[in-house]
Parts: sequence; C-alpha cells; structure tokens
Amino acid sequence: MQWETVIGLEVHVQLATQSKIFSGASTAFGAEPNTQACAVDLGLPGVLPVLNEAAVAMAVQFGLAIHAEIPEVSIFDRKNYFYPDLPKGYQTSQMYHPIVGPGVVEISLDDGDTKRVRVHHAHLEEDAGKSLHEDFHGMTGVDLNRAGTPLLEIVSEPDMRSAKEAAAYLKAIHSIVTYLGISDGNMAEGSMRCDVNVSVRPQGQEAFGTRAEIKNVNSFRFVERAIAFEVERQIELLEDGGEVIQETRLFDPERDETRSMRTKEQANDYRYFPCPDLLPVVLDRAYVDHLRETLPELPADKRARFQNELGLSAYDASVLSATREMADYFEAVKDACGDAKQAANWVQGELSGALNREGLAIQDSPVSARQLGELIGRVIDDTINGKAAKQVFQALWHGEGENADAVIEAKGLKQVTDTAAIDAMIDRVIADSPAQVAQYRDAEPEKRGKMIGYFVGQVMKASRGTANPQQVNALLKEKLDALC
Amino acid sequence: MALEQADVQRAAHLARLGLNEGDAARYVDDLNRILAMVDQLQRLDTTDIAPLSHPLDATQRLRADEVTESDQRDHFQRCAPAVENGLYLVPRVVE
Repeated sequence: MQWETVIGLEVHVQLATQSKIFSGASTAFGAEPNTQACAVDLGLPGVLPVLNEAAVAMAVQFGLAIHAEIPEVSIFDRKNYFYPDLPKGYQTSQMYHPIVGPGVVEISLDDGDTKRVRVHHAHLEEDAGKSLHEDFHGMTGVDLNRAGTPLLEIVSEPDMRSAKEAAAYLKAIHSIVTYLGISDGNMAEGSMRCDVNVSVRPQGQEAFGTRAEIKNVNSFRFVERAIAFEVERQIELLEDGGEVIQETRLFDPERDETRSMRTKEQANDYRYFPCPDLLPVVLDRAYVDHLRETLPELPADKRARFQNELGLSAYDASVLSATREMADYFEAVKDACGDAKQAANWVQGELSGALNREGLAIQDSPVSARQLGELIGRVIDDTINGKAAKQVFQALWHGEGENADAVIEAKGLKQVTDTAAIDAMIDRVIADSPAQVAQYRDAEPEKRGKMIGYFVGQVMKASRGTANPQQVNALLKEKLDALC
Repeated sequence: MALEQADVQRAAHLARLGLNEGDAARYVDDLNRILAMVDQLQRLDTTDIAPLSHPLDATQRLRADEVTESDQRDHFQRCAPAVENGLYLVPRVVE
C-alpha cells in the first residue's frame, strides 16, 4: 500500500527580551543556577505577574510577518500540571484567545518550488525551569533561571507531507524569527525547540490517521531523522495489522529512534481556565500599525528580490537569503563590487568554503564584505586573474594586508596585459619546447586546441600566474599556427 | 451531569489532594450542588454577550522590558528544605 505522511509542528521560540515575560528578572543564558529566579518566577505567595511589553511586540511582529490576523483582545490562561520545574503548579499560557491568529509561512523546497504552510495560531507563554537528574543523593536538582522566559509557541496546521518539508518549515520559522531579531534562534541552547506531530494514512484517504507527538527534536537534522523513524514505525505497525496509539514519544538522537514516554499528566487533563492575575490584553490598531511599519524586509521578500531584481537563480537566492547575516554580507559585497552574480559566486564558493573549514559564522568572517567586494572588483576590472584572486583571498583571510590592492601590490600579482612582455614569454616557451612544438605541428588541426594547454601552462608558470590567460591563449594560438 | 466518587478522586489526584472515603463522599454532594447551580445559569440566554474572562473592566498594563530584579538566591533558598550547588533539591522525578 502507498502511505502518505502528515506532519504538523509546534515550535517554541524563546523571545529575545532582556527580562522575563512576567517579572523583571534577567533572561541571560548561562548564569549560575537560580541567580535569575525572582519571587514571581518562584511562584512565592503574594506576587503578581506584569506582562512585558517587548514580548507582546515581538509576538505581534511575528504575526505580521506571517500575514496573520492579530486579534484585538488576547487572554492568558492557566495550564495546570505538577512538575518541580514549574513552581506555580501551572504554566501561564494562552489557550482560547491567542495573541496571533491564523497565518501562513512560505517554505522553499530543494527543487526550487515553494509551498505555503498554514499556521493555526501562535501564543505567548512562559518557559519552565530545568530539572537535573544527576546524582544529588537520589534527589532531583532544580534550576529556575529559565522559568518565566517568554516563549512564542507557533502551531502549524498538518500541512506538511514529508520530513524534508517539515525541516524546510522549521528553517523558514528560524529565518523569520532571526530576521525579525525576536529570537537568537540558537537551537543548541534551546532557544528554539520543536514538537512534531506525525501520522500516516493510505494515499488518497481524506481522514487523518492517529498521530504520535514526538518531543525533544532540537535540530533541523533531528526533525528529519525523527520523522523518518516514526513514519517507518507507524507503517510497519499498520501493515502488521496493528494500530497506532495517540501518545507522546521522545526522540533519542543517540539511538536514532523514538520511544514511548510516560505522560506528565494522565490524558493531558490540564484544566485550563483564564488566569485571574492577568487582565485581557488589548492591542489598539495604531500600535499594531506602528509595529507593521518597523518590520524589516523578510526572507521570502528578499529571496524574490534577489531572483527578480538581481537575476540570481532560485537556488542562489534561497541560500543567500537564508539568514539575515548572510543576506546583509552578500548585499554589502554586491554593493562594493557592483556585480550580483560574481558576489553570489564568491560568497557561496570561496568564502563559504573557508568559513565551513574553520567552523565560523559569516558575521565572524576574517574577510569583511568590503574587502571581498573590492577584491572581486579587481577581477572585474582585469587587474588580476581568477587564480591570483584566490591567492589574494587567502592572504586577506590570514590578515596579510589591509585590502585587495595592498595584497596585489605586495605579492606582485597584478595581471600582465602588456603584449610585449607576454610575447617575450611565449617566444621563450616555444623555443624551449621543440618536441611539443613538433607534436603540435604534426597533429590534426582539430586536436591542436587541446594541445595548446601545455603551452598556456608553461607561460602562466613563467609569469608566476600573473598573465591574463585569455590573452596568452590567443597569442599562443596565433604564434603556433604561424609555425605550422 | 452528576459527578461520581471516581470523578472526585480523579480531580483530587490531579490537584494532588489527599482525600479519605468520607471526604470524597462529602465532596461529591458539594460539587454536585455547585454544578446544579451552574446548570441553572446555563439556562440563561447569553446570545450576543461576550464571555467575561476577568471581573474587572480593565485591560492589562504592560511593563517596559528592563531587568529590575537582582540576585536574591541566598535569601530565597533560606526557606527551601534542601539546596545544593545553588539548586533546589526535590524528591527524584524521572520521566
């Protein structure tokens, strides 16, 4: 039987506020345990939450970026369950009136196609603390620094049909939140976390199959692997006459499998009710309109502009607009050299290669966008050839010289376009290679094109790589053919 | 809908309340009387009335995103039964 996979994602994004969603404690990552957990975060008696304006603004910006409805009123609810890293005994969340209504995210697929994934809603809530189960004399240690960190939970519709689409969706969300600057998107530090709902159904069937929810999927790669495993597990189960049960499963990246997890609360009976400590949040139109005006150019728009206005391929446009840092760097290179295609080639080729080798992010590149742009400019105006340009790039990468011109000067890489100088080198090479000249002369004229490579190589070597290869080629052909 | 003793026991478990048999029976009666009153309220026509999520006719005030709390860990941990390396210690919980 042919099976179809159906996937929906719940993505939790930690918002990049300075302070917590309901208290003035710091949200900075990596502090000593419990030094950033104040009376409100600890749920001590008599405290009251006060909502952080920046968290509201960031949620609304996200909503606007996915063309969502922003309801005028949103309401906080209490989601009740007991766990030591949740000191109040409930998580303050939004169940019935979330801050962001239905929207849509455009994802780009490997074949250059795009697809629209609907977002059901996005709501604000607080993060929990962390439980440490290492050895504390048989007890569990609790660090509440993370408790109260603002989260935006983005709930998709079950619109994805493959692990690749799910990963592309997650990347699109990552790209939007980092473009907006509302999250650092650091998955390794848990700034972005993802629960995946997966089910399968026979191809052509309309009703959804029973789904499993996979928790703890915290990288783009894990999303694909967890889904691949889970889909296979469910299909096998069904084909053997079994049934998928609705449950929460945990992805174990070390063993590359998902396994059933005991639930925190039987049947997820969270007994939501409106939080009496928080009043309804009312957003007036002027406030929302003001936020709309402050939105930066978003990834999908940038991708379209790179393609339509700069003439880049769909693939290049998608790679170069993937992160704001990448896009900003590329545009600065393009502005400095005036050629978008060359800029795209260099950023994705030489620069990305060097960054990957050293594990650096583009914003930490030792070669600045300006330096790279100027270097490309020297290739375009024929000051240096492509081979010399790579040498200049390496020199700039290792800090040998302020800019391309200084390196070209210091290393004597300026391309020789002086015909007399090249003539002399060619004459010397021809004089020194009687055997090759004889072969060339005896060869069929159509085979000579290939044989000329040897002479070009010798002349380039004699010029220490500074001769203009096209020029060398043309002059050589002229001189050799004159000998035939 | 009338509650039965099992419903009350379940609610008590979710709220982590210890109930003995006698308590449970009494709560079944109490809660059923409350639900009967709710049933009475449900009979009112509430068409065109917006649900009330808060009794005060006011909206949420927002605070500026500023760190205003300093580290008071030692102070807070004085009333904790067990702490170690800055962590609160609780009976072991493993998923």
